[in-house]
Amino acid sequence: MSVQRSTVIFAWLLLLPAVLYVTVIVAYPLVDTFILSFTDASLKKTTNWVGWINYEKIFNSTFAEVIIRTFVWTFFSVSIKMIIGVFGASMLNSAVPGRALFRVLTMPPWIVPMAIGIFMWGWMYNGQFGMISGLLQRFGFADSPVAFLAQGSTAFWATIITDVWIGVPLVTLYMLAAMQSIPQDLYEAAWTDGAGRFYRFRRITLPLLIPSLITMSMLSLIATFNSFDIIWILTRGGPSGETTTMIIDTYHTAIGSKKYGEGAARAVLICIFLSIFCLAYFRVTSRLSSGDNR
Amino acid sequence: MSTQPAMINRYRWYELLGIYAGIFAFLTFILAPFVEGFLVSLKPLSQLFSSPYRFIPQNGSFEAYRTMWVSVPGFARYIFNSFFISTIVTAVVLMLVVPAAYAFARFKFKGSGQLLGAFLAVNMFSGAVLLIPLFRLMRTFGVLNTYFAIIVPGVAFLIPSAIWLLRTYMMRIPRELDEAAFVDGASHFYTLRRVILPIAMPGITVVAITTFIGSYAQQFIYALTFNSKTEYAPLPVGLFAYFGRQEVIWNELMAASFVGIAPAMIVIFFLQRYLVSGLTAGAVKQ
Repeated sequence: MSVQRSTVIFAWLLLLPAVLYVTVIVAYPLVDTFILSFTDASLKKTTNWVGWINYEKIFNSTFAEVIIRTFVWTFFSVSIKMIIGVFGASMLNSAVPGRALFRVLTMPPWIVPMAIGIFMWGWMYNGQFGMISGLLQRFGFADSPVAFLAQGSTAFWATIITDVWIGVPLVTLYMLAAMQSIPQDLYEAAWTDGAGRFYRFRRITLPLLIPSLITMSMLSLIATFNSFDIIWILTRGGPSGETTTMIIDTYHTAIGSKKYGEGAARAVLICIFLSIFCLAYFRVTSRLSSGDNR
Repeated sequence: MSTQPAMINRYRWYELLGIYAGIFAFLTFILAPFVEGFLVSLKPLSQLFSSPYRFIPQNGSFEAYRTMWVSVPGFARYIFNSFFISTIVTAVVLMLVVPAAYAFARFKFKGSGQLLGAFLAVNMFSGAVLLIPLFRLMRTFGVLNTYFAIIVPGVAFLIPSAIWLLRTYMMRIPRELDEAAFVDGASHFYTLRRVILPIAMPGITVVAITTFIGSYAQQFIYALTFNSKTEYAPLPVGLFAYFGRQEVIWNELMAASFVGIAPAMIVIFFLQRYLVSGLTAGAVKQ
């Protein structure tokens, strides 16, 4: 047996446990979801093949609204995370006393079990006794208590802000690392030429951050699109479905109403959207890196 | 010339003021819920459910930190469950990921790039997407309502980022080390165990920490869906015990939350240096 061949076999032996695990726990369920989406699987003993009926049902329901809402929700959440993250990173990147401590203080929302952070927000959003409503009244922005989670329009933004809060630490630390990997001599050269701080940020930092910004937006996009805990704990998709995203709707259908087939069809649609995001990401990054080589 | 780096980082007073104002605003957003949550845990219920809203507690006390154990006698069990589940998840992830990361870092073979891509793609599905078949799978194996039901899916979705982090770390270990051992007649396995593993220990530690925290933070959906027994419930689900039929016992809920996250916070405090570098190293330098 050649050295080359034994190396390949060794490599596969190393990979085998992880590959097997992911095949059983992720790949098989993925295939199963696809198959289930063409059946009327439920708690009943018998399961029948029903063809495209589940998908037809989806498009005859309010699901189109849910899809649009999911995209709007995701778009605002990711954009705000990126803006606050880049802002936070550029602040923490300054050489000021105390910055090591400030960096640690950025982490808690990401480290703490999500449910706990969400409970805290839930209480702050409370209409009668909560902090935000209380402060708005104290400072004269509202005449009467604002029950943020009881009205569709405010509940929509309240869930976004909580999602932003949970996502910002990771974005900030990632963008901070990206900023620190920018060669210092670029700044020094610009500084020697008399470029001001803001000019340096706009002409050096921002352009060089673009690849990291794209990577992070993509990761954030996928995580946000899949976001479940926040909406589930704060509103369960209410009031009257106004914070129901695709994931929440899938959960209600599949786990709540035990309509496995219809739930699976929704899950397949989610997978299709996620795959499109991934393909777009690979397109953009390969174009960026081929641009570097030229 | 040598004074340049110092000069470039020198701020005028108004720049400093602006930076601190920015940091203050940023950290206010991040920390406000924790400050408010802590103050809530100090307030008696009667004060919580009264208007107008008061930020600072009047005759605040740590009473809720005592009564929380009485209202939910099983609370210690939830903390134990969270720790137990996260520990097992971390151990299993490491067992699967250390060899795999080494293979990806060192060996190029047909399809290795695609396989790595496939692993990373697992990240896409870590939501409610696979719940239905996973539920059926768990039912088939008869592990619904056990620790396994929370551990098994948890492991799968922590594998991708762990592989990515560790692979990046291992790629930085000079290849000459493997080759020297190999020339000396050491087997592949011996090289991995005796040469690579000891050197990669800091990287493995970072992966262990991030995996543990990830598992501690994200047990909610699987615990909610695959387990209905309180004896196996982890912290995030256990906290719902403070949601009474009429109203939520907010001060005890917040006290319990702080008691529940204290261990994680202590870990972060001591390991934050590793955390920041570990988190970002794998991601930025590709």
